[in-house]
Amino acid sequence: MTDIATGTGVPPTTRSRSLWATAFMRLRRNRAAMVSLVVLILFVLAGIFGPMLAPHPYARVYSDFVKVPASLEPYPLEAEIVPLAEQALARARLEVGSIEIDGSTLHVEATSAREIDPRVTRYLDRSDLFSNARVVEQSQDGKAIVIEADVQRLRFLFGTDANGRDLFARVLISIRISLMIGALATGVALLIGVLYGATAGFLGGRVDNLMMRFVDILYALPFTFFAILLVVFFGRNVVLMFVAVGAVEWLDMARIVRGQTIALRRREFVQAAEALGVGSGGILRRHIIPNTLGPVIIYMTLLVPKVILLESFLSFLGLGVQEPLTSLGVLIAEGARNMRGAAYMLLYPSLALTALLFALNFLGDGLRDALDPKDR
Amino acid sequence: MLKALIRPLLAGAMLVSVAGAASAITYVRGNDGDPETLDQHKTSLVAEAHLMRDLYEGLVVYDAKAKIIPGVAESWTVSDDGTIYTFKLREDAKWSNGDPVVAEDFVFSLQRIMTPETGAKYANILYPIKNAEAINKGEMQPEELGVKAVDDKTLEITLAQATPYFLELLTHQTGLPVNPGAVKEHGTDFVKPENLVTNGAYKLVSFTPGDKIVMEKNENFHDAANVQIDRIEYIPFEDRATCVRRFEAGEVMSCSDLPTEQIKSMKERLGDQVRISPYLGTYYYALNTEKDDLKDPKVRTALSMVIDRQFLGDEIWAGAMLPAYSLVPPGIGNYEGGGAMYDWADTSLLDREDKAIELMKEAGYGPDKPLKLEISYNNSENHKNTATAIADMWKAIGVDVQFNVRDLSAHYANLRDTSDYEVARAGWIGDYSDPQNFLFLLESDNKGFNYAKYKNPEYDALMDKAAAENDLVKRAETLREAEAVFVRDTPYIPLLFYSSLSLVSPKLKGWEDNIQNVHGTRYMSISE
Amino acid sequence: MLGYAVRRLLGAIPTLFLIITFAFFLMRVAPGGPFDRERTLEAKVLENLNRVFHLDRPVWEQYLYYLGNLARGDLGPSFIYRDFSVQQLLGNGLPVSIQLGATALLLALVIGCLLGTIAALRQNSWIDYSVIATATFGITVPNFVVAPLLSLIFGVWFSLLPAGGWNSPQSMILPVITLALPQVAIIARLIRGSTIEALRSDHVRTARAYGLPTRMIVVVHALRAACLPVVSYLGPAAAALLTGSVVVETIFGLPGIGRYFVQGALNRDYTLVMGTVIIIAVFVVIFNLIVDLLYAALDPRVRYD
Repeated sequence: MTDIATGTGVPPTTRSRSLWATAFMRLRRNRAAMVSLVVLILFVLAGIFGPMLAPHPYARVYSDFVKVPASLEPYPLEAEIVPLAEQALARARLEVGSIEIDGSTLHVEATSAREIDPRVTRYLDRSDLFSNARVVEQSQDGKAIVIEADVQRLRFLFGTDANGRDLFARVLISIRISLMIGALATGVALLIGVLYGATAGFLGGRVDNLMMRFVDILYALPFTFFAILLVVFFGRNVVLMFVAVGAVEWLDMARIVRGQTIALRRREFVQAAEALGVGSGGILRRHIIPNTLGPVIIYMTLLVPKVILLESFLSFLGLGVQEPLTSLGVLIAEGARNMRGAAYMLLYPSLALTALLFALNFLGDGLRDALDPKDR
Repeated sequence: MLKALIRPLLAGAMLVSVAGAASAITYVRGNDGDPETLDQHKTSLVAEAHLMRDLYEGLVVYDAKAKIIPGVAESWTVSDDGTIYTFKLREDAKWSNGDPVVAEDFVFSLQRIMTPETGAKYANILYPIKNAEAINKGEMQPEELGVKAVDDKTLEITLAQATPYFLELLTHQTGLPVNPGAVKEHGTDFVKPENLVTNGAYKLVSFTPGDKIVMEKNENFHDAANVQIDRIEYIPFEDRATCVRRFEAGEVMSCSDLPTEQIKSMKERLGDQVRISPYLGTYYYALNTEKDDLKDPKVRTALSMVIDRQFLGDEIWAGAMLPAYSLVPPGIGNYEGGGAMYDWADTSLLDREDKAIELMKEAGYGPDKPLKLEISYNNSENHKNTATAIADMWKAIGVDVQFNVRDLSAHYANLRDTSDYEVARAGWIGDYSDPQNFLFLLESDNKGFNYAKYKNPEYDALMDKAAAENDLVKRAETLREAEAVFVRDTPYIPLLFYSSLSLVSPKLKGWEDNIQNVHGTRYMSISE
Repeated sequence: MLGYAVRRLLGAIPTLFLIITFAFFLMRVAPGGPFDRERTLEAKVLENLNRVFHLDRPVWEQYLYYLGNLARGDLGPSFIYRDFSVQQLLGNGLPVSIQLGATALLLALVIGCLLGTIAALRQNSWIDYSVIATATFGITVPNFVVAPLLSLIFGVWFSLLPAGGWNSPQSMILPVITLALPQVAIIARLIRGSTIEALRSDHVRTARAYGLPTRMIVVVHALRAACLPVVSYLGPAAAALLTGSVVVETIFGLPGIGRYFVQGALNRDYTLVMGTVIIIAVFVVIFNLIVDLLYAALDPRVRYD
């Protein structure tokens, strides 16, 4: 029964503090939410530190390994080394006599009609597979040569993209970017939306009408043009993009909060507070907004994926993240185009996004339950 | 007597074909997208050219292999100085409403395209016709155009000066006739299916944007007896992958373009149905020669040298593009002996790199003073991957690259209206098969296309000399000299030559790969 | 109530006017024009075109010209699709988009409400979790992945349904599923959340205390209150759904109007974009009005006077 009393107008000062404290206690008891929290923290850590720890830099191009599928085995696969070496030496215009692999050392005997420039080793070094190529022996006339080189084998856990960049490293950097986009844009949307919606719903009447018509106007505006214009005026700027996305996405939030507020306004505890002479700002802050948190948090957990996907549309227009940076939305869009033939390009970014959003959702639910003032 | 017997028979045959419309042979044909218009004088897209080719017949037409053959004109003569073309129109040329096609129809059409109020995008293709340019610029009256009907079946076209590729120009959709009666009666609405009168192998049945364009065989077409496909449904595909799926589901019989990302896997799945054939187009980077960093031809050559075009073509474009070491694509017409090419084309990449580093050093760039460049391109997956790969190749000679991405309209507006770019992606698809159509891009008075702002009197003089030359072999020689100047100065970096990419069902016979990528439905048939 | 609705609709006229004005000038500030394509046009040709479309006039003059035409109910000619007026284009495409959108919306509402209520009644059970998991998945996977996947699986591999195109009633199935999927997910989650809340609310508790059967409580009391956030969400969502989706229409090759908005913007087809903006605006205004009226109907505490 005490909880019901809390909901109907105990002095707000003591209540608001205990609300968050009890909320956290309740959250800790929700296993799904706690697991999600851990997953989310892991994602954040992966976004912050992942790109530094990844085996390959996210922007490094391995032109010998364009679109190689995901594999636990390092590239080049055992059987591919000899042909790749032949290919590299063909560019050097050498007649290859024999090629052998001994452990991680490549042993080549080659001849040429002309005298061989010892610099040919660079052709091997140039390739991503071989390093430390050296001339072991060269005949008197210089037309026969024995070269040795170390074979470098690279591991691409998630495969590589259309430019031969490590997808694993790119997924890590994209997690960083997408999390930033999600957090910042949702934050902006939340701030504007809740304040705006609650104010409109609470004040009601003509002000409400006017404020909602303004929302209508923004709804119907051509977002595509808005995006193109932003590029022109402000250049390409990631922070600006977050703000742009947030500035567009607060509309739904405002409508939901307003709807809730209209309902709450008629509730007994709000009227009681009004009767007690609490100012409008105080009522909004202490009664209305906390009571709209449930639906708002649910909507927030819906908004983050929406923002992340919206960002990929922006990138498509050229307003988004610029190469060599990337985002989950961009990677998934690229993957969708390569769905047939290079399914791993779609699979891994999608898995990352799905895991991230699952965690966000369950955490959102947990928070909603925990914050519910009527819950026991 | 015999005629009296045959006519009812023919009428009977027509009845049967109408009754059998359900079992009529239908060709569901994928197209690049919706046409912007079906008014041939306003068209500009490849998608529109495909449609126009089936609806109309010009004086001359392309056959299945893109060779010029007689169309409405059954024969023609050219005056000795090459400026007067006299076409003899075939007697049995008819409009789909049964009216004969007469010389006056062509006069009307050519005057119409030059009239400024028509707003024809490609009017300039036919500028070689006497007074055409002046009329299009509003300085002369349309009646003054150098085209006249000597009689119903004789058309005389006078050119401003000899133009050896004039017949090529006439194959372009701008040279197709409109039906004067329909245009006069319906105005701009003459393109509506209920109003459109055509003289080609097909007539228009319906046009629903985003859905399909339906055509039916035109029984009045002079060669109707040899047209085997009764009905065409042109499906617009904004998304190339959609066409591939519908092709594999058996819903369309050919696709006019393919998603490059999928080419490798498609070749495995579909084998010979994937057609990749050389096309009249060049993919290049324009270097803004007005920028201080790009003024020096040494720098431009160095930038061009270190690009591994084989890698771009094979890996980034999955074999859908071919390495380009010159501006004019191979296989083009009127280019006896082929074009000029980078002499280092066959040199190995490492040697080229050494040479490029040397050139950069001579131009004053090095590790302590790296060259910083910005590549502008319009947004697309392939352009992005190409730019990323090139940036990586330029890193080898110490060039720092930034990207500037815009959408198509903004990108080209920027190229046209500003000097605010350094390296800009662009492409050129030839309108007609002649090297002049590529080399003219860099003439210093070509404001619209000379994105490099290249000004070289030597080059201009060679182009002028070629324009005045009537002998095709000598002309090719002069053009080759011009291309050699281009190669030496490298105002554009030619990267790749386009290929046309298609999917063609084995049931569809008569689809011949050709450099113009023209495939008139009238030459095809369908076997079950 | 009726008076309120009429007043709102009248009030929408200045709203529409503002939208049109803002969109018109916003568009003209964007770089590039309708004739800037891969192929640059000859200066003279461009000049001819600009004259034909009145683009050679000052922008404010074009604006007045546009408003004048609009007042007569003329949306003008399309800059890109030159054989059609904007009315014809939108008139062709809108029925298709509405058909797809309305079906998807209905499907999403039925399934979403059902799943949401079941999950709420069995809160924290495996049913609840699997509903949430499915719903989350529905939001997670973007439509540009779902659409080609469905087309590939059902169109190409199993040949059960058309892979694309707009030829038969079956052509609708895959696009409708693609459109409905995220909506199902969102509606289910919203309904679940608000039902749980409503079940705990005072009047439901009271009803329970009076011994009313659970099913009755859910239907009569809880669901009614639970609908509020969904109704709130559905206003703009319905407007967006009915005016078409560019991704779904492009990937399935459907002749709706969703493509026009993005393509029109990228092509700088000014009049076509203005036309779509007006349509979207009208839909938004109407659906928001419906939402507000529904609010009044569902929640007796909300009253408009």
